[in-house]
Amino acid sequence: MINRIYLDNAATTSLDPEVLNEMMPYLTTYFGNPSSIYSYGRETRLAIENARKTVAKLLNAHPAEIFFTSGGTESSNTAITAAVRDLGCKHIISSKIEHHATLHTVEYLSKQGEALLSYVNLLPNGQIDMAHLEQLLAGSTEKCLVTLMHANNEIGNMLDIHAVGNLCKKYDAVFHSDTVQTVGHFPFDLRNTPVHFITGAGHKFHGPKGVGILYINEQIKIKPFINGGSQERNMRAGTENLYGIIGFAKALELATQHYESDSNYIGDLKFYMKEQLEKNIPGVTFNGDVLGKSLYAVLSASFPMTDKSEMLLFNLDINNICASGGSACTSGADIGSHVIHAIYGNTNTVTVRFSFSKHNTKAEIDTVIEKLKSIV
Amino acid sequence: MLKLPVYLDNNATTPMDPRVLEAMLPYFTEHFGNAASRNHPFGWEAEEAVDYAREQVAKLVGADAKEIIFTSGATEGDNLGIKGVYEMYATKGNHIITCTTEHKAVLDTCKHIEKTGGEVTYLQVQPDGLIDLKELEAAIKPTTILIAIMYANNEIGVVQPVKEISAIARKHGVLFFTDATQAVGKIPVDVQKDGIDIMAFTGHKMYGPKGVGAIYVRRKNPRVKVTAQMDGGGHERGMRSGTLNVPGIVGFGKACEICRLDMEKDTAHIKVLRDKLENSLLQIEESYLNGNKEHRLPHVSNISFKYVEGEGLLMGFNKNIALSSGSACTSASLEPSYVLKALGLGDDLAHSSLRFGLSRFTTEEQIDYTIEQITNTVNKLREMSPLWEMFKEGIDINTIEWAHH
Repeated sequence: MINRIYLDNAATTSLDPEVLNEMMPYLTTYFGNPSSIYSYGRETRLAIENARKTVAKLLNAHPAEIFFTSGGTESSNTAITAAVRDLGCKHIISSKIEHHATLHTVEYLSKQGEALLSYVNLLPNGQIDMAHLEQLLAGSTEKCLVTLMHANNEIGNMLDIHAVGNLCKKYDAVFHSDTVQTVGHFPFDLRNTPVHFITGAGHKFHGPKGVGILYINEQIKIKPFINGGSQERNMRAGTENLYGIIGFAKALELATQHYESDSNYIGDLKFYMKEQLEKNIPGVTFNGDVLGKSLYAVLSASFPMTDKSEMLLFNLDINNICASGGSACTSGADIGSHVIHAIYGNTNTVTVRFSFSKHNTKAEIDTVIEKLKSIV
Repeated sequence: MLKLPVYLDNNATTPMDPRVLEAMLPYFTEHFGNAASRNHPFGWEAEEAVDYAREQVAKLVGADAKEIIFTSGATEGDNLGIKGVYEMYATKGNHIITCTTEHKAVLDTCKHIEKTGGEVTYLQVQPDGLIDLKELEAAIKPTTILIAIMYANNEIGVVQPVKEISAIARKHGVLFFTDATQAVGKIPVDVQKDGIDIMAFTGHKMYGPKGVGAIYVRRKNPRVKVTAQMDGGGHERGMRSGTLNVPGIVGFGKACEICRLDMEKDTAHIKVLRDKLENSLLQIEESYLNGNKEHRLPHVSNISFKYVEGEGLLMGFNKNIALSSGSACTSASLEPSYVLKALGLGDDLAHSSLRFGLSRFTTEEQIDYTIEQITNTVNKLREMSPLWEMFKEGIDINTIEWAHH
């Protein structure tokens, strides 16, 4: 196979072979339906409950607060819809740079007339304007749901989850944070974090696709989003994605174990790439709070629009370099990134998101820079 | 040597076919791309694999690939199909017709809809488990938007008269949704011939992986639309957002292909064993088959053993034979099966029933062992049962007045 350089780890990551190893018995020998009461079912039920305990411990939450879902999108949909329909939040405060799983859900609820929708202002670097957030909360006559993502998937900006959570507390608002980019990439201490809902997706940290979690703070009771059987303590019906759940827990365990070394290593790659781009590509700029609160795995760069750079992603691909213009979920549409647009308006640039994993190397980045020099 | 425990609960879930796992493996570690990544080959490979699987799934049920929407399983599919129609066709009406023996995923969804202002008619079934078509037609009103009747029942295996149901639905301009979780891959299901508008099914009931399923949504004659229940990146034609479970989908596709190619062979093999098991067990005195014998899945048998205590029955051989008395989704509760009660069985008979679900991997040796074990257990339990003793003495238990305690 051609040597491809994969710099799109915010879209998805490769499954860790160690995680697959852990999953294999549950793809073959231990196949029982976890709701069945005989041995085949009991052993898989036990495996799921152990996975739940592992995940809870790693996030410093209670096992009863961890619910397995089919992924980040389902988790965010569940949390936001429940906040409005079950917890009485009739005013949603969000931002224009959220993932579409959040944006389209809040837009839908507002269109249906189920809740008011306000967008918090963004600072020039894309960070949330906290003063405006407080203003919105203080001025609201309805109970609020604040839904703001922990790390932006396109530009890497990180939210001060504690500051937002404390504001929410002050105004008795429900706080959901889409943490799909940070679960497995950031040490959570949920017992000491003022948040009601967070979400995670296995495939963002070398775990399997098709499985995610929703953390629901124990003080909160919501109704199921998917009705049916009594799985997940009546919260999420449907036969469990057994091997996926096992893989999720293992991947989170590995990610947490190696967090320090991996995050340092990946962060170094990001800054090395930034440095090299600045040195070699005239006119390059970086999006978001790149030197401030930013996720170590994501670097969003903008290149001046020229005849050559217009075809940048296409040319990167021809050179076996895998990156994206923004979120994979919308990368098919040529409407540009809603995130870049919300922060910078119409820019005459071409944006590329480089996102890194522990498998990338400086040598790969050198290759990318060399290719970019000829492409741009 | 016979390997224990024998697994005869394939309606709860099936082991994965090794050919399915083999197809999936490259998509875990090597071709791991996000199928929505449009700028590089990792994404294209994933998307290609998903498209191929979509064809495999569509072909099994006679659909067009564009009509297949991948989900996380049948429960999500039931939710999406029913809630999606309820929301999409709200201006047309709010009435749904279903039946009392549906799976919980359908019944709970209908209950949820009732709470939000919908109206639901729950048809009773006849003693053989089939619905009465006249009752169905009579239940249709001007506000009816959906008929939701399962293809085959998960506990007793009876196959509903799907073609007749769809004809009635068509005649009255009502959409027809079917939960075909137990039928797809086991018997020929053809959305065209059967006249199905929306259908939910899943991988892990047909030797595929858990955590992946699909719903069929008709695109022509009529064009059906459902309101998405999960919003986001607009995957799956906007009907179901969320990063696609690529290895799961690949496995599901392969499982569908194998079922399509091997159905005849598998059914021949399974039916012989099922009939042997059933005929032998029905030799036991006071044992009764539940559900229509003729209109039934070839791998399912549900039998009640009168004068036997249900819990004792399962405990008698549970270590050696994996079986359940009903749906896995409700098996943790000690309530008797609501499906069997809907057939008119009393608590005692409903409690003393066993659901057998065979698979393509079931062997004759396993069936012989099962016949022997169950016969012995039933006999042993009856030896200890005062009710059995009374029955043998000719006392009609129903005439006895029980002291209240």
